[in-house]
Amino acid sequence: MPLVDVSHLVKHYTRGSSLLGDGAIVKAVDDVSFAIEEGETFALVGESGCGKTTTGRAILRLVEPTSGSVKFRGEEIRDFSARRLRDARRHMQIVFQDPYSSLNPRMRARAIVEEPLLIHRIGDSRSRRARCEELFGLVNLDPAHLLRYPHEFSGGQRQRISLARALALNPSFVVLDEAVSALDVSVQAQVMALLADLQRRLSLTYLFITHDLRLVEHFCSRVAVMYRGTIVEMGQTSDVFANPQHAYTRALLSAVPPLDPDAAAQRIRYAPTP
Amino acid sequence: MSEPLLRVEGLSVAFGATAAVNGISFDIQAGETLGLVGESGSGKSATALSIVRLLHPPGRVTAGRIVFKGRDLLALPDSAMRDVRGAEIGFIFQEPMTALNPVYTIGHQIAETLRVHGRARGAAAKVRAIELLTAVHIPDAERRVNDFPHQLSGGMRQRAMIAIAIACRPPLVIADEPTTALDVTIQAEILDLLREMKTSLGLSMLLITHDLGVIAQTADRVAVMNAGEIVETGSVRSVLKQPQHPYTQALLAAIPGARRAPTKAADAAR
Repeated sequence: MPLVDVSHLVKHYTRGSSLLGDGAIVKAVDDVSFAIEEGETFALVGESGCGKTTTGRAILRLVEPTSGSVKFRGEEIRDFSARRLRDARRHMQIVFQDPYSSLNPRMRARAIVEEPLLIHRIGDSRSRRARCEELFGLVNLDPAHLLRYPHEFSGGQRQRISLARALALNPSFVVLDEAVSALDVSVQAQVMALLADLQRRLSLTYLFITHDLRLVEHFCSRVAVMYRGTIVEMGQTSDVFANPQHAYTRALLSAVPPLDPDAAAQRIRYAPTP
Repeated sequence: MSEPLLRVEGLSVAFGATAAVNGISFDIQAGETLGLVGESGSGKSATALSIVRLLHPPGRVTAGRIVFKGRDLLALPDSAMRDVRGAEIGFIFQEPMTALNPVYTIGHQIAETLRVHGRARGAAAKVRAIELLTAVHIPDAERRVNDFPHQLSGGMRQRAMIAIAIACRPPLVIADEPTTALDVTIQAEILDLLREMKTSLGLSMLLITHDLGVIAQTADRVAVMNAGEIVETGSVRSVLKQPQHPYTQALLAAIPGARRAPTKAADAAR
């Protein structure tokens, strides 16, 4: 049984609706199906507006799907009551893209990391304090800095704080929504190495949402390529990269500027009929 | 070697008491694209803004010379500098939505550049604006010239900004992260356009980016910046294939998939 099983997921938004009539329907996610196995890193890749972020959020019910099914360990999370959903969220967490806007600037790092424990009423203040120190160590931050505010940390360090918060409840599944996209390439490499290390140590399953194909190739076992709300191609990462089947995947791969100045960019364009 | 179009000598920039750029020197020959690459805070944007004297306080140039076509830009009076900006040095910013004025049409903003520098006015400026939009491959330019920035997609906005930057046929264009905010397929189109403009107009370009892939495909020479200093400079080929400085080596090693064969598309086509 896959850990996460998404089938025929749909999320439609209505744009420009008014009292006088319905606006146009935007099919942000339009019949998307995939399954994520325990322990794997599954990539959802695509460009702005393709629906990858909406898909990630719909899985956690941070946005309510319009229709379709999302099963976590075989249970339909769309049927969960609010209370049941809250319990389920202990096992499913998310790290957002922007380490500047996703941390409350008025909270100290310790309060940020401790908050999920408080919400789920885990431990007493002493054990929570110890857990925060443990989590800070886990993401390679200095526990001596727990009383600092977000602005006192660098972008890479802030993303480690987000990660510590996401891991506070010992989740089995973490959605990484462009979690390293805002970071400089050298910092990005460090955070990616940390993510891989944590995955091994804590047996985590990742949904890795990104626009950056270069990150997918070495980090993700399988990949789904999204375009305009649908998955156009899905498979083992090595197969998709070596032998892309869909014209959009080929266009996307060929658009990444090669590092070799002698490699003439052989660009493939994709222009579907609307 | 002939006198370069732009020569930066010992440029230092500080923000208040904090040094951002420490005595860097480089030059750009006519028709050449120099890539300035580095991570956040390396001083690359401060360098670009210093050249056109658009550095905002508390940022200021503390030392150095910026010689453009034989004149030290740092010594020019403000009025003369205004003539240089736009007319002789075009500028392309990262975020077209904030760099363009939201309350004027694209055509108005191109015409303004032409009018300020005495190149064209009135109906002639509008005709020239349409020509420029056509040159940057904006389809249906006659209609698009009346569009406001929010009516254009990100890629089209960046094309419009390039049209403004080249409106007065400046010999030098400074492009500061021109494709960073764009999707990868749009980025590839904008890089194609920059290469095309460079060839057809004989432009020199200072291309500032954090992306070595962009450098590899667009620049002739590259200068690698780290902590306010240029640690390595040379032809793109030599720097990317045989990096000498440990920082350049680390930067290249940090790129995921850097080792993979770069002709994926060719492989796929087999």
